[in-house]
Amino acid sequence: MSKLTACERLEIIRHKDRPTVNDYIPALFTRFMEFHGDRLYGDDAAIIGGIGYLSETPVTVIAQVKGRNLEENKRSNFSMPHPEGYRKALRLARQAEKFHRPVICLVDTPGAFCGIEAEERGQGEAIAKNLAEFMTLKTPVISVVLGEGGSGGALALAVCDELAMLENALYSVISPRGAASILWKDGTKEKEACEVLKITAENLSDFGVCDRIIPEPEGGAHLSKDITADNIYEYLVDAVYRMKNTDIDTLLEQRYHKFRKIGMFTE
Amino acid sequence: MALEDLFKVVKERFGAEQSSSAIEKEVEIPQDLLFKCPRCSTVIYNEEFERAMKVCPKCGYHARLTWKERLDMTVDKGSFKELDESLRSLNPIGFPKYEEKVEKLSEQVGMNDAIKTGVCTIRGYRCVIGIMDSHFMMASMGSVVGEKIARAFEYAIEHKLPVVMFTASGGARMQEGIISLMQMAKTSGAVKRHSDAGGLYITVMTDPTTGGVTASFASLGDVILAEPKVLIGFAGRRVIQDTIRQRLPDDFQSAEFQQDCGFVDMIVERGMMRKRISNILKIHGFPKEGTGR
Ligand SMILES: [Zn+2]
Repeated sequence: MSKLTACERLEIIRHKDRPTVNDYIPALFTRFMEFHGDRLYGDDAAIIGGIGYLSETPVTVIAQVKGRNLEENKRSNFSMPHPEGYRKALRLARQAEKFHRPVICLVDTPGAFCGIEAEERGQGEAIAKNLAEFMTLKTPVISVVLGEGGSGGALALAVCDELAMLENALYSVISPRGAASILWKDGTKEKEACEVLKITAENLSDFGVCDRIIPEPEGGAHLSKDITADNIYEYLVDAVYRMKNTDIDTLLEQRYHKFRKIGMFTE
Repeated sequence: MALEDLFKVVKERFGAEQSSSAIEKEVEIPQDLLFKCPRCSTVIYNEEFERAMKVCPKCGYHARLTWKERLDMTVDKGSFKELDESLRSLNPIGFPKYEEKVEKLSEQVGMNDAIKTGVCTIRGYRCVIGIMDSHFMMASMGSVVGEKIARAFEYAIEHKLPVVMFTASGGARMQEGIISLMQMAKTSGAVKRHSDAGGLYITVMTDPTTGGVTASFASLGDVILAEPKVLIGFAGRRVIQDTIRQRLPDDFQSAEFQQDCGFVDMIVERGMMRKRISNILKIHGFPKEGTGR
């Protein structure tokens, strides 16, 4: 695997041809059917949900939608979900639990949307509820960070049994730009912030947050969508197989402790 | 939310503070004897202000409290037994000058990190209590805050106790990087376990409850109370303003706004808080110990 800085990886995941869930879903799943709506308020195009087959196994797919062009991005709000997006995700996750389907979350977001309506409809509550409910969802949950894992907006789809990251993906509590503007009152110092924050897949593996790094072709996923999709597919098939053979109570206990043990302090 | 954002919000909401030197000249009383309300500019004796539980008698502004002030006005005298007092944060991502900052604040504020947890009785009703203190790094949530909350809920499960959590926070603690984000999942998971075990959890949202704390354990209370006019929200005001490029109404993300939107059960004035909490504990069938107060 390549040794790139966080900043170089940021360039790669921002590449205009970086594959998105619109590329990956058809490559990973067969007979995918999209299901719409949270049954409470509306349908958020920033998160696609539905069911399909991973190899022979029926699975539920929940994915954040980066557009491949301005048109798609306008539709999916640049992959910044509103509360109804997170509530749709939870509805489909519960459906998956009922019908014993593993849940596969594909994470790729700059963060949850920050706006008046998002606040009015309870962005904080929607994310909080997902964190709590996914923690005890009685079916395997696997999350893969494809590009950007933006803070709570990403975590809302990443309380899981295993978190995998594409090799160049980044996952952070705050955007490098946001951190720069707080640290140095200068949003343009994003590159410096990028390194300070320790947000690469390798960093996150060291912290016990990321469980598996999925390789990308040398130079980035945009150089071969097919190879990247194959690598993700291979990982998912293996992970689903392992988890389906684990007793659900054991899985839930492990899921709780995966997060419970994270923290660095003395006493 | 960034620290400076929060100060800005308060200033915007309550009107910019006039220079304090103006008062000093007008009234020749040593300044530490006086409190000037940042919202309505009323000047009163500190003693009077403190007797009023730091609520402005004129406009009802609920000033931010230290954990000790909150504790003293909430729990039965002598009933508080602290849990996990000795936890101290490390520097997981090697953030520049983080240890020094924590060290300095610990001395200034008199606590190791931004939350105190423990067991107490409130008017005779035993509960686990958590009090966040915004004077410590705007009560941002890092490893210590996350761990203490998780342990508090686990203690409550073990002893079949309800949890009362006074929330205040600028959000996740950036200085601990991804570790701080994971505290959101960790605390929410602990709340869920307590809830699944039948435990009662009362959140009291105080000024300001924002960011990753709103998006985790703070929003998961069975009952969510809030002090009047306090700031409650997910995204920072400045971030939203930058996104939509227009000024937000003054009451945006106030406790009253959140109640209108359906996210707060009840707004409770400070003077009534102790009674309200004990009444909620009582109606859930918890036994009253001793005589209480
Ligand atoms: Zn006032």
